[in-house]
Amino acid sequence: MKKTYEIDVDCANCANKMEDAAKRTDGVKDATVNFMALKMIVEFEDGQDPKAVMKNVLKNCKKVEDDCEIYL
Amino acid sequence: MNKKQKKMLIRIIVAAVLMVILYFIPVQRYVRFILYLIPYLIVGYDILRKAFKGIINRQVFDENFLMAVATIGAMAIAVYENGDYTEAIAVMLFYQIGELFQSYAVGKSRRNISALMDIRPDYANIEKDGKLEQVDPDEVAVGTVIVVQPGEKVPIDGIIVEGDSTLNTSALTGESLPRDARCGDEVISGCINMTGVLKIRTTKEFGESTVSKILELVENSSSRKSKSENFISKFAKYYTPAVCYSAVALAILPPLVRMLFLGLPADWGVWVYRALTFLVISCPCALVISIPLSFFAGIGGASKAGILVKGSNYLETLSKTKYVVFDKTGTLTQGVFEVNAVHHNTMEEKRLLEYAALAESASSHPISKSIQRAYGKEIDRSRVKDIKEISGNGVTAIVDGIPVAAGNDKLMKSLEISYIDCHHVGTIIHMAINGEYAGHIVISDIVKPHAKEAIKALKASGITKTIMLTGDSAKVADHVARELGVDEVHSELLPGDKVEQVEKLLASKPEKGKLAFVGDGINDAPVLSRADIGIAMGALGSDAAIEAADVVLMDDDPLKIAKAIRISRKCLRIVYENIAFALGIKIICLLLGALGFVNMWLAIFADVGVMIIAVLNAIRALFVKKL
Repeated sequence: MKKTYEIDVDCANCANKMEDAAKRTDGVKDATVNFMALKMIVEFEDGQDPKAVMKNVLKNCKKVEDDCEIYL
Repeated sequence: MNKKQKKMLIRIIVAAVLMVILYFIPVQRYVRFILYLIPYLIVGYDILRKAFKGIINRQVFDENFLMAVATIGAMAIAVYENGDYTEAIAVMLFYQIGELFQSYAVGKSRRNISALMDIRPDYANIEKDGKLEQVDPDEVAVGTVIVVQPGEKVPIDGIIVEGDSTLNTSALTGESLPRDARCGDEVISGCINMTGVLKIRTTKEFGESTVSKILELVENSSSRKSKSENFISKFAKYYTPAVCYSAVALAILPPLVRMLFLGLPADWGVWVYRALTFLVISCPCALVISIPLSFFAGIGGASKAGILVKGSNYLETLSKTKYVVFDKTGTLTQGVFEVNAVHHNTMEEKRLLEYAALAESASSHPISKSIQRAYGKEIDRSRVKDIKEISGNGVTAIVDGIPVAAGNDKLMKSLEISYIDCHHVGTIIHMAINGEYAGHIVISDIVKPHAKEAIKALKASGITKTIMLTGDSAKVADHVARELGVDEVHSELLPGDKVEQVEKLLASKPEKGKLAFVGDGINDAPVLSRADIGIAMGALGSDAAIEAADVVLMDDDPLKIAKAIRISRKCLRIVYENIAFALGIKIICLLLGALGFVNMWLAIFADVGVMIIAVLNAIRALFVKKL
């Protein structure tokens, strides 16, 4: 399952870091951050609850880039 | 400017003013240090905080860390030597100015591009009890009649049930000529209604409508990253730590070597200063920001010209296109048949056509239709009797009491009428009237008005080879190819053969030159997806084509193919310029910095200045009008 979230982040490198962090989160199959459109597209592994997974994604993203936001 | 940016601007101004004031205050030592600390913290506290958090979260090497270390180091040297604090503050100040500029420029181009694609309708009008009511387009069910007033956007795809108007399709196709729309015509969402009120029965939901599909496509396009973008993000991952370790080495090794082996004074201050300059120069932001920005601007510019590119990676492939394969019908030709010539014996041309049209009046075959169109007058069916269609041959009928036969050579042979073969290319309809040969009509597919120029434009932009594939007969295909100047033709192909032919071409071409296939999206989806890059043209409304293609041309003008390639080349040229420029300046400055020829001020230019120039250059990719 794929879902798109709106995000807010200031720099392109930070967006790359968020992408990495999201990819490393459990339950995420793949993730892409589109810095120009300020969107994160997350593909979840089968049988995962997107809401629970996204909480962890946000936590991991905050770790690598303090100044970011994902609108869940 | 948004709130965040305004706050940043105020911080920058306050810090700069304080710096100037402090310059005139004659205090010494620690008082001076504390006074200078104020503007430093005002302008740089968030960088310090981010760097600190990064260390805690084990994300040490980023530009915040670089800036924090460089400025704290410069402050420390200034305290130690009772020297110049302005350098440290200036580094922070200019770094923040650069960041502010970058975020402003990105926001600006983001808005620019969304304005280009400003085709999202906000509402749909529904008539209720004689009054118009505005509703969310999402809530309109299929089959509802919506009202579009002059000046409004058509929100949902549908069919006109009442009213005539002209539509402006420029936001969709880049074509500035308005298009007429009459009752019964299909209209696509995103067009602007210009003159009359239209009532439209919707045929799709909003989410399935053209406008939603296009917006989705453009918004998702920069998610498919190009090789250059992936290269830069990988590069940044190794680059920053490498630079940090080099800076440490630069600060420690030379003084040790001087002390231990050369017997010279260590000069710690000089080397630490050089190491800090090194750090300031090294910041990779110019690269990291300008590459995706260039692609984004390139894709935005292309969509303004009616060319939808589905991702940065496709823009990159498109720029390397060396072979262009065309499907003939619907791409180079219009796929509409037309009477090209009437070769008559003794009978008048008009009379011959009249007999043909009457004889063919019962048929709905495209060829019969084209004869009826060429005749141009109302057909009086009462003049025709005994129409017999002989499948694969033609028709015979009695017109005004005279037997008429219209068909191919087989028909003539079966009627034992001697006919004259035609040297023209196309479908030939022989005519026999009252048992005697009366001449023939030549019907052919018409070449698109810009097809020849399009092939020429492709050649001019350095395409090695143009190839045409068609299911048509060799005679017709060769003729069209000669007329247009296409290099290679493969004719009499079944749809499956086209895939095979493209695969052969893919195997025989060199790896570096990419192959593009251009089709009209009708039953060539497999070929579109097999080619390195699939271009679908005139594909508006055809979901299958939008799905299968990598590049979608919104109208069916073949000239756009060359334009798309030129846009992609310009974008890629800007990307390479930025990579070469940013890396080049950085490497030169890093070397000079290590040797001690560069002070902090030049280091700031190498960082912020290069970034600003690269961003401005990237925005150039948006301008594609003159290409």
